[in-house]
Order: sequence, then C-alpha cells, then structure tokens
Amino acid sequence: MNSSRPSAQHLAGIARRIRRRDLDMIYEAGAGHLGSELSCTDLLVALYFGELQVDPDEPSAPTRDRFVLSKGHAAGVLYVTLAEAGFIDPAELATFMQPGSRLNGHPDRKLVPGVETNTGPLGHGLPVAVGMAKAAKLRGESWRTWVLTGDGELQEGSNWEAAMAAAHFGLDNLALVIDHNRFQQGAAVADTNDLAPLADKWRAFGWHLHELDGHDFDAIFAGFDVARSTRGRPTCLIAHTNKGEGISFTRDRVAWHHRVPTAEEYAQARAELTEVPS
Amino acid sequence: MSPAPTGRALHDCRDAFAETLMELAETNPALIAVCNDSVGSSKLGAFQQRWPERLVNVGIAEQNLVGMAAGLANGGMLPFVCAAASFLTARALEQIKTDVAYANTNVKLCGISSGMAYGELGPTHHSVEDFAWTRVIANLRVVAPADPEETRQAVRAAAEHPGPVFLRLSRMGVPDVVPAGYAFAIGRALRLRDGHDLTLIANGTLVHRALDAAELLARDGIEARVVNMATVRPLDEAEILAATRETGAIVTAEEHQVHGGLGSAIAEVVVGHDPVPMKLLGVPGIFAPTGSASWLLDRFGMSAEGIAASARELLARKRPAATR
Ligand SMILES: Cc1ncc(C[n+]2csc(CCOP(=O)(O)OP(=O)(O)O)c2C)c(N)n1
Ligand SMILES: [Mg+2]
Repeated sequence: MNSSRPSAQHLAGIARRIRRRDLDMIYEAGAGHLGSELSCTDLLVALYFGELQVDPDEPSAPTRDRFVLSKGHAAGVLYVTLAEAGFIDPAELATFMQPGSRLNGHPDRKLVPGVETNTGPLGHGLPVAVGMAKAAKLRGESWRTWVLTGDGELQEGSNWEAAMAAAHFGLDNLALVIDHNRFQQGAAVADTNDLAPLADKWRAFGWHLHELDGHDFDAIFAGFDVARSTRGRPTCLIAHTNKGEGISFTRDRVAWHHRVPTAEEYAQARAELTEVPS
Repeated sequence: MSPAPTGRALHDCRDAFAETLMELAETNPALIAVCNDSVGSSKLGAFQQRWPERLVNVGIAEQNLVGMAAGLANGGMLPFVCAAASFLTARALEQIKTDVAYANTNVKLCGISSGMAYGELGPTHHSVEDFAWTRVIANLRVVAPADPEETRQAVRAAAEHPGPVFLRLSRMGVPDVVPAGYAFAIGRALRLRDGHDLTLIANGTLVHRALDAAELLARDGIEARVVNMATVRPLDEAEILAATRETGAIVTAEEHQVHGGLGSAIAEVVVGHDPVPMKLLGVPGIFAPTGSASWLLDRFGMSAEGIAASARELLARKRPAATR
C-alpha cells in the first residue's frame, strides 16, 4: 500500500536508467528479449518503486507482497529492476547469461532474491499467483499478489483455468497486469490467434476489469488503486503498451522480440536512451 | 557451438528438416505444419510463404496444438507438429499419450531445439526429459537423428510410417556423420565404426562426439565400436546384443537426463539378455546451470575427452571374454 508515491518524473528517470542498463546487458550478453523487456519496463518500475511492499533486506519476509513475472523471457529487465531496487548487486548484471551465472535467461527463485517463482514456459505465472493469493486468504493476511503476463501468453489455456479459480475463490487480493503490446514472438497477436475482445473475456470470467496506458505512471497507479479498492473479485489491468517502447526502431516491431542489436543499432539506441537532464 | 576440428562444417539440422518437409508437401497435399508461434524457430518461414493455408499456427497453446493435430489427422490431414521440444512434450504430454499414441492418430511430433540447445535460456527451455517421457508411451516411435542426411531420411520415414512418431531435433551445429549411401529405417541402428574392445552408443548431437572419442581411444590402442542409435523406441536389440557379445562393455552418451533415456533403454535390454558393464553419460540428474549446450555437455563428461575417459574407466571393469 503506497500513500506517497514517487513522482512520475522521478520514475521516468529510473525507467530510462533501467532501459539503458537492460540494453547494455543484452548487447554484452549477445542474447535477451529486448522488445519484450522494453514493453514492461514502466510497469515493473511502477510496481517496484511505487506499489510492492517488498524489502531487499528481507526478501523472504512471510507477509511481503508477491510479484510474479509470468512472461519469464523478460528476465533481463527483472534483474535490472531488482538490482535498482537493491535485491542484487548491480555489478552482477555483467554476468547475465554467462556460464555459471545465477542470472539465467529465465528467472530461478532458488538463486535470485526477489524472484517468487520460476517462469519461462508461458502460462505458469497466473495459476501460481492464484495459489499465493488463496494462501493469503487462508492465513488471514493482508499482503497482495501481483502477476504480469504477456498478451500472446494468454493463448495458453492454463490462464483461463486460473482465471475461473481466482473469481470462484473471490481473490480480491490478486491483480493481473497484462502487458498488452499486441505482438507475440513471430507476429501480431491478432494475426496469430486473436484474443479480442480481451476485456469482455475477463469480465465474463468474473474479474473486475480496468484498462490503462502502460507507459503513463499516473495511469498505472490509478489502475493499481482500482485493484486495491476492488472487493470480492480479482482485478485484471489491461496495460496498453508498445513492444520495444523507448527505442524508435524497436517500437512495435515484432522482429525485436529477441533480436540483439548490431554495433550501429546499439549506438543509436544508446543515444536515444541517454539521460535527459531533469 | 561445439568446437569442430578444422575443416568440418557444422550444420543446423532444422534446415534439412524444413527443406524435406517442403519436398514432401510438394507432392502430398494433405501434409500440413502445425505450430505454436514457432514458425521462425522451426525454420518454416519458406513453408508459410509457399502454403500459407497449410501452416496452422494455433498460437502459444501446446495442449490445443497437439489435440488439434489429432483432430486434423482424423480429418484426413497429415500434421507435422513443429514446436520447441520442451513445451511440446512437457506441456502436451497427456495429449501425446491419449489423443495421439493411444488413439493412434497419424500425427508427427517434431520437437525442435531439444536437449540443451537453448543453453543459457535454462532448464525451463531444456528438453532433457523427453526420451524418458515419450519412450514409455506405447505406440510412439521415438527418433533422434544425428546429422542433416539422417534428419532428411527420418522426416521421410516419419511421413511414411502410418502412425505416431516423435522426431527429436536439434539446432546445435553437427558435422555430417552418416556414410554415403546410408539408408535410414526406424528401429535400425547404424554402426559407424567397428571395434571389439567396447562399444560407444549415442544418438543425435552426441554421435560426432562419440566418434571423436573413439579416435582418441584408438591412439591408445583401444578399438571402440561406435553405434548411432537414432531410434530410442523401438530399440535395435540385435545391435545392442552384438555389442555385449562382441565387445563386452558399453558406454552410452546422450543429450538427456542420465535417468530414463537412451542409456536406460539400452540397459533394460542388456540386463535382460547379456549383462555387461555399462557407463551411462548424460545430464547427471540436476537442473543444468547457466551455460551453452556445448559448455554443459563438456561439463557433464561428454566432450570427446570425457567420453574417452569414461571408456577407459569402464574397460578396467570389463570381464575377460572367457568368463562372460
Ligand atoms: C509454453 C511456451 N510456449 C512457447 C514459448 C516460446 N515463447 C517465448 S516468448 C513467446 C512470445 C510471447 O508473447 P507475449 O506473451 O505477447 O509476450 P511479449 O514478449 O510480447 O511481452 C513465445 C512463443 C514459451 N516460452 N513457452
Ligand atoms: Mg505481447
């Protein structure tokens, strides 16, 4: 619960720094999911710096808020965010995907503090998050569970089994944030296996539904407030985002799902992400 | 990528796979590719351009992928399901068992980028349990080709076989290993090198490593037989029993958990007919740490040197022929 949230301008600075470090990391490692990571960076920043009650000094505190990154292929930006939030040493980011590193291409909760569950195969996060939220209810505790999925990911049937369960159990301590960037790995979601009408589906499944601009911090926080004030049912926040947001030539370009920039592309991207003087 | 001795070109067998699929599709209008947002990773871009309507992409939904393939087969199509091996087998195992194998639908399951080909993407993306899972399912042929030519022939054999087949393919670079004029058949092993001191049995990406190991052993005067056992089910029992009888010791190597895979399958035959000392090499019952496939294979004792070292250890345990 966050009554005094940082300003949108402050958060935009953090997001820019994270995008830059993420770009560097992917360029250095020669691997990663750049488009997927840029797409959810602002959502992660809003969660970690304006919402989640988590403590890097006590990452396993029993009553911490739970955050599940279901789109585990965005592990890179999760690591950068966890470093920015103090869960891991920023110097360790240099080991991303290197032999023996705990910073694997997909997150491992056994190794990385702050990671709640191992993801990578899509469609796993929501069922686990439903279990977490149910546990809080069973224990009579007030911590909340947040889960971030991709949109293509929602093609997995496991999500819809979990959606029914969450509504059935009345899990108003659970919020799902959908990174609705309209693209999946190989094509647009609408051209692959369309989700539309996405909002109606969640309503029909018994969820409270709210749509927001996933790159506007005020809008994101307004959505978080909706989730926290909703009673008796879970909330689904459809965050309208752009895959590859923040770099002109990666934005809305599906090829950048997991492309690694060339030296020239890297230089241009780096220039675009250079810190704006505040 | 595995360090290739100079002059040995490495191939990504997905190319041979996709080319062969297109050749077959050219003459068989029932042949279709069924994908889970895996058009690029299965190298089916050209197939999709040529026959957009014959590439069915169900999106990220593997249970529906395999269930639909069973229905497509029932409806008269010849579906080749093309998906990352990890998600295909782990996510849709019950569909594979019930809708494909038990119901005996003519579905070809092509597990792309199997083993640890996804390297640094980690154990969620590694498919090192799939031999174990698939080979215990009745009525399912399980085949892991070793090079482009064997891949081509395996794809054709799968298309011709009237029933379920699991093709376990990789993206990891491999050299050519099968000889000119080779004729692949499901269930028939290929002896690539003869020898009488012991037998190295491998398949898929491990075959060329086993051949290199035999070369190292030969320098020490040890003559190792090398067998490419592409088909894990049904096994070529005659070739296994020739190995026990004529060489008296077997080392197996596979890009799979050491439990339940090729080595275990061979051990089941050996123990029932002609027990000889064996050494099984594979992923040693752990979730692999971060690293590339070749780095991991080396670390798990499956470099050419590692396989050769296991062979030497095993030879020390081999019983003299007279006492066998
Ligand atoms: C079960 C499963 N199938 C396939 C994949 C391969 N894969 C990784 S990311 C991806 C696309 C994800 O699209 P979306 O959910 O829209 O996420 P985005 O990257 O756009 O945020 C796919 C198909 C996977 N990780 N898991
Ligand atoms: Mg998406």
